[in-house]
Amino acid sequence: MASPARWNHVWVGAETGILKGVNLQKKQATNYTASGALRRDEGVCAMCWGDPLESEILVGCLDRSVKLFSTEKGKFTESRLCPGGEGPFRGLAVQDGSLITCVESGLLKVWHEDSSEAAELQVGPGVCRMRQNPARPQCVGTGGKENALKVWDLQQPQEPIFRAKNVRHDWLNLRVPVWDRDLQFLPGSEKIITCTGHHQVRVYDPSSPQRRPVLEVTYGEHPLTALSLAPGANSVVVGSARGDVAVIDLRQGRLLKCLKGFAGAVRGVQCHPTRPLVASCGLDRFLRLHGLDDKRLQHKVYLKSQLNCLLLTSREAWEDEDPDPAKAEEVKEEEDELWAAMETVRTHPAPKRAADPGAGAVKKQKRARAGP
Amino acid sequence: MAGRGEQGTRLCGAALGPAEDHGAAPERVLFPPAFSVSEIKNKQRRHFMFLRWKQQQRKEKLANKKKRKKEREALGDQAPPKPVPKTIENQRVYDETTVDPNDEEVAFDEATDEFAPYFNRQTVPKILITTSDRPRGRTVRFCEQLSSVVPNSHVYYRRGLALKKIIPQCIARNFTDLIVVNEDRKIPNGLVLSHLPDGPTAHFKMSSVRLRKEIKRKGKEPTEHMPEVILNNFTTRLGHSVGRMLASLFPHDPQFIGRQVATFHNQRDYIFFRFHRYIFKSEKKVGIQELGPRFTLKLRSIQKGTFDSKFGEYEWIHKHREMDTSRRKFHL
Repeated sequence: MASPARWNHVWVGAETGILKGVNLQKKQATNYTASGALRRDEGVCAMCWGDPLESEILVGCLDRSVKLFSTEKGKFTESRLCPGGEGPFRGLAVQDGSLITCVESGLLKVWHEDSSEAAELQVGPGVCRMRQNPARPQCVGTGGKENALKVWDLQQPQEPIFRAKNVRHDWLNLRVPVWDRDLQFLPGSEKIITCTGHHQVRVYDPSSPQRRPVLEVTYGEHPLTALSLAPGANSVVVGSARGDVAVIDLRQGRLLKCLKGFAGAVRGVQCHPTRPLVASCGLDRFLRLHGLDDKRLQHKVYLKSQLNCLLLTSREAWEDEDPDPAKAEEVKEEEDELWAAMETVRTHPAPKRAADPGAGAVKKQKRARAGP
Repeated sequence: MAGRGEQGTRLCGAALGPAEDHGAAPERVLFPPAFSVSEIKNKQRRHFMFLRWKQQQRKEKLANKKKRKKEREALGDQAPPKPVPKTIENQRVYDETTVDPNDEEVAFDEATDEFAPYFNRQTVPKILITTSDRPRGRTVRFCEQLSSVVPNSHVYYRRGLALKKIIPQCIARNFTDLIVVNEDRKIPNGLVLSHLPDGPTAHFKMSSVRLRKEIKRKGKEPTEHMPEVILNNFTTRLGHSVGRMLASLFPHDPQFIGRQVATFHNQRDYIFFRFHRYIFKSEKKVGIQELGPRFTLKLRSIQKGTFDSKFGEYEWIHKHREMDTSRRKFHL
């Protein structure tokens, strides 16, 4: 039986254009895109919450359409085309009912609700990520390949309010290349953390007089593709193109932990705001949920397409949720609508990745027999 | 020997212990003195005791076998069927990524991935075979034989060029695949297979390379006919991707007149390549002759775009310490 969409904990967008909702309590993954209507050029490239209550999701696709998905109703309600510029979406945000989109060629547009007039902004070519400051929704940050971090205030679109400066030349006196792949705003202060394609994690502080990074940490030898802040705002979780996911401390610039089990590049990482959980998805077609304090893999779900981005709900107390009484009501109210919208219900038993006790016991028995 | 005598009595003590148990009341459980052969410090005596233990185990095993055989004969027709012996393939851990043939999502994914133009017959494979720089004789001969096996392929000398510069030129000349045979210490030991317009790049370890003259009972040289392709045992999603990649090297329409077949057989994550010529002697009997080179491949990684060692994103990478923990788990 499919539980209503609003009880899903993780929403994942795939390259084939499918939006998947995963309920970790009931261990079910559901596709919310009709399988007859799939198209590769509708592959999901960016997702964001449509409202603070997390009842709507904005899904940006490769053909430049932004679809609105309602978790209450469990289906796509609106779609709008956002033309202009070239390349896929690199960031989506919502501010006061208007939609902010940024594409790879650097065109950042603010789309108002009904009128088609849009405020435009050029942030420079080769953008890899655009994110909104959750504390100040009118501020957005952008970064990309040879496009250093810039923080823009949408009310003053001519100049960025902060433009980062490249670090000093390296020991051979060569210019250090710039490639900001992902960025996050640190809550409680003005700092911005970026991860680069040259395996560096940098912290910028606009309130300090220096425009160069305040802290720089290198990790690994492969590009870092995704970044997320851990609860407590002292550490960040970064994912790389090789599948190395690590937790890095920002106070000292040290590596704290590595999370294991990934076989492919990590495309999306998100931590829960209060609980020590981190969800990650990547090109190996698995969604994994790790615990941050004990590094243990808690859930691993096989979702048959390559996954591009994810959204983790910030609800608390997942274990106390009991969807059944709500389901009974919903069935009475919106029965036909719900059944029409529901697609391909598959039950994926997500096995706990902690060592299987049966296999462990068998192994122990065998070892005991080898010696007298 | 005093030492052995002591151990003799200790053993008897151990043997008596459990026997006493059966006689005594159930509350007074007497544990036999914990004795294990590994506690004897003297190596010669320890070895002797171990051999004695081993002989005892063997005798017990033989006795069990005889008993079971007798029981089986006694039962005659009503004997239960012989149990199937456990092999590593039997005991393979079920992989959740095993592809179900009726799965629509996977079918759509495969119908629209980078190999779709080949499988929709929109492109014809054209392969460029090259090696790492300054190859030795064995590798050169291997490349020539490989190009005789794979139709529409061309061998070029590497000349120390960077792959990232070769690839745009190949795309401009309509090549669909690039094979780079890596050589180490005068033998080929690696293979990089890159599908060209923007397709995945697979990196394999290559071992057991046998050239045509080293194969016993081989037939004549392969002819120019298009061979058939057999792909065995690629069951998981990753296996499907690799299988499609290998299949896209060969043209779609095999010429059955040539009676040549190229086989990629996957067993326990090793892919065995063989090239045979077959002839049907009767309805059910086939004679085969092995031609052509033979080699074994093991997948190391698949990158999403074309070859890019520094900034490429990996679709799958083999991590030895994390993935090789179980002897019964395979990925292809």
